Amino acid sequence: MSADAGQPDAAQHDLFRGVSETKDQAGTVKGIAVKSVPAFVAGEELADLADSDPRIVAMTADLASASRLADFAKRHPARFFDMGIAEKNMITAAAGLAATGHIPFVGTFASFAALLCFEQIRTDCAYPGMPVRILAHHAGMSMGYYGTSHHALEDLAAMRAVAALTVACAADANQLRAMLRASVELPGAVYLRLGRGRDPEVYSAVPEGFEFGQAVRLREGSDATIITTGSQLHPSLAAAELLAAGGCEVRVVDMHTVKPLDVPAVLAAASETGAVVTVEEHSIIGGLGSAVAEVLADHRLAVPFRRHGIEDEYVLIGPPAALYAHYRLDAPGIASVVRETCATPAP
Amino acid sequence: MKTTATQTASAADLGRLADRALFIRLETLRLTRIAGAGHYSGTFSAAELLAALYYHQLRIDPARPDWPDRDRFVLSKGHAAIGLYPVLADLGYFDPADLDSYTRLGSPFGDHPDMRKIAGIDFSSGSLGHGLSVGLGMALGGRIQRRDFRVYVMVGDGELAEGQIWEAAMAASHFGLGSLVCIVDRNQLCIDGPTEEVMSVEPLDERFAAFGWEVQRIDGHDLAAILGAFAQLGPPGPGRPQVIIADTVKGKGVSRMELDVNWHVGNLGPDDYEAVRAELIAGAAR
Repeated sequence: MSADAGQPDAAQHDLFRGVSETKDQAGTVKGIAVKSVPAFVAGEELADLADSDPRIVAMTADLASASRLADFAKRHPARFFDMGIAEKNMITAAAGLAATGHIPFVGTFASFAALLCFEQIRTDCAYPGMPVRILAHHAGMSMGYYGTSHHALEDLAAMRAVAALTVACAADANQLRAMLRASVELPGAVYLRLGRGRDPEVYSAVPEGFEFGQAVRLREGSDATIITTGSQLHPSLAAAELLAAGGCEVRVVDMHTVKPLDVPAVLAAASETGAVVTVEEHSIIGGLGSAVAEVLADHRLAVPFRRHGIEDEYVLIGPPAALYAHYRLDAPGIASVVRETCATPAP
Repeated sequence: MKTTATQTASAADLGRLADRALFIRLETLRLTRIAGAGHYSGTFSAAELLAALYYHQLRIDPARPDWPDRDRFVLSKGHAAIGLYPVLADLGYFDPADLDSYTRLGSPFGDHPDMRKIAGIDFSSGSLGHGLSVGLGMALGGRIQRRDFRVYVMVGDGELAEGQIWEAAMAASHFGLGSLVCIVDRNQLCIDGPTEEVMSVEPLDERFAAFGWEVQRIDGHDLAAILGAFAQLGPPGPGRPQVIIADTVKGKGVSRMELDVNWHVGNLGPDDYEAVRAELIAGAAR
């Protein structure tokens, strides 16, 4: 279940304000702990990193509040640029900044970053190896009833096709902090896919030893493996608990980095648990599921397999929690998909 | 806004620059023959501008292509790279013999420039409309680092139809980037015809002025006028970004190519090659 289930409408109204401004004395907002909001920690974490690293700069396209990069702006005003509603110019200008030795962290909605600015990311950032870090927030269908213009359900497919680009999805605030820290010295451009700042906590502390490309096994099980990423990690873990109650023990792999993919983790999942379900808040075309399918096919591993995500369609209008439930991307939905996959006999 | 050429260079200096402009055109002929086809005319229009930039204006050191305080040059109209490569070789960024591999399999030198393969290229280009944003970012970097380098971006006139150019133009004046200099090679043609027929860009000076830029407009083949425009640039630092609109002739120097859209990309046969070469040399001697 997503964190704002039960009051989904209210949850979307403060999209552009940030919730901490309305938090109560206990530091919670509408039942959500402020510490568990990924996009909201980026500005603070980057400001901390920038205290000791003069190369770090941050940019937004009129979304400083929605991404909380405003927290960076307050502490490092000379190294923060609000570029207005001009995303293409922002991404390319970030590449120009990188060419003078800076490490720009550039935030905008994932739909605009990956889809509007695909060419600027590919040609100006990835191809010349510019260390631009794209903070693609409000990814997937997390913008709910804002609709398809504001959804990014194709971004992983697009970004995965770009050579020399690291593509990763943050599941929660602590993992995002680890990713931001690890990204500083990473060569080349990085696409970081973030939620809308409401993802419930999975990692109780900033994971130590985080490395891009190294998947994390968060739950052991021998009956099947869920390979998931970003926003779907939390409901996948919850689904595993539901399945366990029914006697099905599922391994859960946090494939936070979609590219480069941790191939050994995929092979181990197939050979050791005998069935694989990928779960992602993304089209089933071109994203994590496709990446895993390619590995399984390349290695002739014919295990029961299912790509779970959004079918080849535009999703309905609705609040995020309702959408997750409708498309079976909540814990009960994921659990049912795993049961179906395991019950399907090999062709 | 029309700039009068001021006496900033001696006749000998101007003669030297004219010789380098001829060198750029002759090398463009030679390299195009290796490739089998090339962007002659959009390079010929920029020959005097490139010569004036690299042999007079830019603060660069070919021995230190990564010198942090160097002036930057972004060739947003990347298809004129064939005229830039010989300049970089001539200045010592790399061995001129390397150019013999131009466009051949695995060569560093393609139709569009690659900063990761060629010393002296400050940014890769090729997709039109991006270069001014690159320059904007470089100028922001210079401001953060308190360096006094300038960033020169050469754009074509056809690419001014790209919206991103005007996003960058808006941002450059918003941020007060006096160190950013845009040079428009106003050679009148894009691929399908005259810009004013395909997608009109005029009144260009008024448009840039409306975006908050300092505007000069000159004859882009008059080396004295180019140097005069450079001399009138304000100091790098906080201030209005600066544009030099250089009125040029696409295909300049070759009668059969001048203002002929059919020569945007072309290839000369052996006899024509010698005739064009002779025409360029004779034209430069006048």
